[in-house]
Amino acid sequence: MTLPVPLLEARGLCCVRGEATLFENLGFSLSAGEALQVAGANGSGKTSLLRILSGLTPPDEGEVRWRGSNIMEQRAEFHGQLAYLGHHLGLKSELTVEENLRLAQGIRSVRPASRLEGVLEKVSLDHRTDMPVRTLSAGQRQRVALARMLLSGALLWILDEPFTALDAAGVALVQSLAEAHLGGGGVLVLTSHQAVSLSNRPLRKLELA
Amino acid sequence: MSGVWRAFISLVQRDLLLAYRHRGELINPLLFFMIVVTLFPLGVSPEDSLLRTLAPGVIWIAALLAALFSLESMFRSDFDDGALEQMALSPQPLPVLVLAKVLAHWLVSGLPMLMMAPLLALFLAMPATGIRALELTLLVGTPLLSLIGSIGVALTVGMRRGGVLLTLLVLPLYIPVLIFATTAVTAAMAGLPYDGQIYFLAALLALAMTLSPFATAAALRISLS
Repeated sequence: MTLPVPLLEARGLCCVRGEATLFENLGFSLSAGEALQVAGANGSGKTSLLRILSGLTPPDEGEVRWRGSNIMEQRAEFHGQLAYLGHHLGLKSELTVEENLRLAQGIRSVRPASRLEGVLEKVSLDHRTDMPVRTLSAGQRQRVALARMLLSGALLWILDEPFTALDAAGVALVQSLAEAHLGGGGVLVLTSHQAVSLSNRPLRKLELA
Repeated sequence: MSGVWRAFISLVQRDLLLAYRHRGELINPLLFFMIVVTLFPLGVSPEDSLLRTLAPGVIWIAALLAALFSLESMFRSDFDDGALEQMALSPQPLPVLVLAKVLAHWLVSGLPMLMMAPLLALFLAMPATGIRALELTLLVGTPLLSLIGSIGVALTVGMRRGGVLLTLLVLPLYIPVLIFATTAVTAAMAGLPYDGQIYFLAALLALAMTLSPFATAAALRISLS
């Protein structure tokens, strides 16, 4: 029996920032339904690693592979499957919630995975659709970004500190969304300072020194 | 509707909507354009023959500087709020998205100048033949300024004080546009043919339209990494 090809695989990644080597020879692989939490102190390279995995920054050494081939060689296919949520949410503050989501969807131009109304209800923003994002609180903006991620129907979620600014209900929401995502065969990579618990799902940990 | 086309339309739509919500900021470069040109008769001389000689140069220099000022905003807000990251992670090709952004930028910065120019040309006592040539050069020249400028902005958007560097990078590339455009208008006012200059500008535009989105996209990826 041959082993199935892992969805996301990192091989010998190395990241140098200025004089400091943040990490070197870092590798892991994730198959459908698996989650990885990247932990480490501030400045240990968590965000750098996530940016490398998403293809925003090329690694100084090593490669990231998606379904067995280098992501740089299949950028369009890989990014069609990727939802990346960084420190900057990428929402336009002058546009309303609905405009933000519709236009972001248009720019990605992949078939919407679910209906906008349903998704907004899921993140409990259905009564805020016509408000400009600038009038929303930080937690609500985070929820808009989560809604965009759900709409994308991506298979790989890369979340950089998804729990910041969220209240207890929001944290529970992210965890339940993540569980549903993994249950549907998705892959998840996240950084968090909080302890993350996903019921019935193994959560692997990667500690950056 | 194919995916790439839909992404292009959505992005133009988004940028125009944002420009409309921020319309106060758009006025600045246009106001600058208008003020520079209207101050010339007051500051230099109200004499028609002198103004007529200066007119092509004055209007084009003002347009060029106004375009340079408006460039800075092309990717700035998208870079600051992370929207540019999301664009770089879009399954659609980045050069196409860049072209959409440049088009939207030209529609709100270049096109209004094109509409103001005939009026300003009258202030400077330009004859009708000159105004026709001026409009034609602006029509071909201002998109060229936006396309060339986008490369410079993409390279400097990651820096905190990129303004001076942007000017140094972009201005030398603007000089040929300025020379061809002003000689075309001067020739038209003297009753000479000016097709040659227009064809040259058009050739530059075709070149910029096909090459600059790729250069800009590559520069943006470097700025983002």
